[in-house]
Amino acid sequence: MKDNVISLPGAVRQTDGDVKAWEKVKKARKENRPQTRDYIGKLFRGVFEVKGDRVYGDDESIVTAIAWFENWPVTIIGQQKGHTLEERMRCNFGMPNPEGYRKSMRALKQAEKFSRPVICFVDTPGAYPGVDAENRGQGLVIAEHLKTMATLRTPTISIIIGEGGSGGALALSLSDWLIMLDNSYFSVISPEGCASILFKDSSLAQQAAVNLKLTAEDLMRFKIVDSIIKEPENFDRYNMDECVSELRKEIRSALRRLTRVSPDRLVSQRHERYLEMRGL
Amino acid sequence: MKLFYEKIDTEETYEKKPEAEKLYCGGCGREMIAEVVHANDSICPYCGYLFRQPAYRRIEMIVDNGSFIEIERDAESKDPLSFPGYKTKIATEKSKSKVQEGVIIGKASIKGLRTAMAVMDSYFMMGSMGTVVGEKIVIITEFATLNKLPLIIFCASGGARMQEGIHSLLQMSRTTIALARHSAQKLLHINVLTHPTTGGVTASFAMQGDITIAEPGARIGFAGPRVIQQTVNDELPEGFQMSESLYEHGLIDRIVDRKDLRDTLADILALHCKESPRIPKLP
Repeated sequence: MKDNVISLPGAVRQTDGDVKAWEKVKKARKENRPQTRDYIGKLFRGVFEVKGDRVYGDDESIVTAIAWFENWPVTIIGQQKGHTLEERMRCNFGMPNPEGYRKSMRALKQAEKFSRPVICFVDTPGAYPGVDAENRGQGLVIAEHLKTMATLRTPTISIIIGEGGSGGALALSLSDWLIMLDNSYFSVISPEGCASILFKDSSLAQQAAVNLKLTAEDLMRFKIVDSIIKEPENFDRYNMDECVSELRKEIRSALRRLTRVSPDRLVSQRHERYLEMRGL
Repeated sequence: MKLFYEKIDTEETYEKKPEAEKLYCGGCGREMIAEVVHANDSICPYCGYLFRQPAYRRIEMIVDNGSFIEIERDAESKDPLSFPGYKTKIATEKSKSKVQEGVIIGKASIKGLRTAMAVMDSYFMMGSMGTVVGEKIVIITEFATLNKLPLIIFCASGGARMQEGIHSLLQMSRTTIALARHSAQKLLHINVLTHPTTGGVTASFAMQGDITIAEPGARIGFAGPRVIQQTVNDELPEGFQMSESLYEHGLIDRIVDRKDLRDTLADILALHCKESPRIPKLP
């Protein structure tokens, strides 16, 4: 990776803030960063994992479960990349196939039926770009997942804990309350992808990361994200208690607010919230 | 306001305008004048290959003569990220494609049946979806919901527009919400997928219709073929992501030739029209 870029026409000069964007992307991808299963272990009790899409199979890159969050029975949906090589392969490196999204939709429908709030953990480089995935309707399931979340008559909270890569991440993010961890990112395309398409050079990813404005702070400024959770120094799966307790407080207060709202109001508020994000 | 192109004579134009913009047929490889190709519904007169069709041409071909009323014609992209080079790019694309943005919206009638419609134009930045494309889809959907009209969307898009970053991505959520409200009013949404329909558009409104039809030989998919090839590290199967393959896999309802689109759309609209039903006579 080039350290001192940039001779791009019209590109902005690099500042400390710019270096930070790329640092954050690297941290978001770090192997030892806590993942969905780590958070499930710390935040919830009485976890019952729900498996399979009832159509084709079970996709381990999306974990779905029912559990207790304090005194609330909740539905958990989260993308899992895996820590060890073996787990990473089972989880397809966190890139869901259509059956993952179908399983997730099944969990969402159940949550609606039993009026359980839903808590989503977003952490994926993107939905899996494979031949079979396409033939089984990757685009279609993401579209349907978005529609299911848009119309769900129960509170939804989404937390971007690592990578928020494109449509595959967006599918789990359409919610009533969107939280981001300080060193996570949320973007339309990976910095590498953007650099190789627009700048014809994937080594300019660092610059693309700046241009894409994909950090939690950027998204807060755009009023897309509702709250940011700070991360301590040396944040990893063995050192996550501080962050978990912040997250617990944030989820608790969001649930207190959202569970008081009637389902009709909740859905129409969610609609208004997104329709107002014109990006202008 | 001149909405439609004039029909032009084939042979004459070729002689008169040697400098005219050329297109190469993806089927037989012949060189042709763009204007002439588009005057012929963007179909190759030699081999029947379907060129990508400009939005206004598409509208002219589908709707009743003079029935189209455009909405939000002048909406322009604002460069929300101050992305390097984006403003210049927009200006170039505008003059090249002669449209303001990647989608044209409005109301029209097809064989007397009223409908709202959105037609994407792949000659403008490959029909990529940024804030304006998303907002225009939202506007026409809300217009249709309010006026209790069916909605026809002609999709043609390379996906989300990178230069508008997260704002582009969010258009998937926004269009989904608008369409969910349209659907909740029990109104009809037809999608016509044309070449190419990929990325964020496929993963949102293009796959949310009640009826989905596609033109023959259109590439329809979520991930781009190059990305897939790099990931699986193998040759892609023949016909992969083509409308014929999607039809086989049960992802679309029918493949319709460009020449038959108007008839097919009118038939589907009539089947959903409660007020003045046109029930076909028994044979």
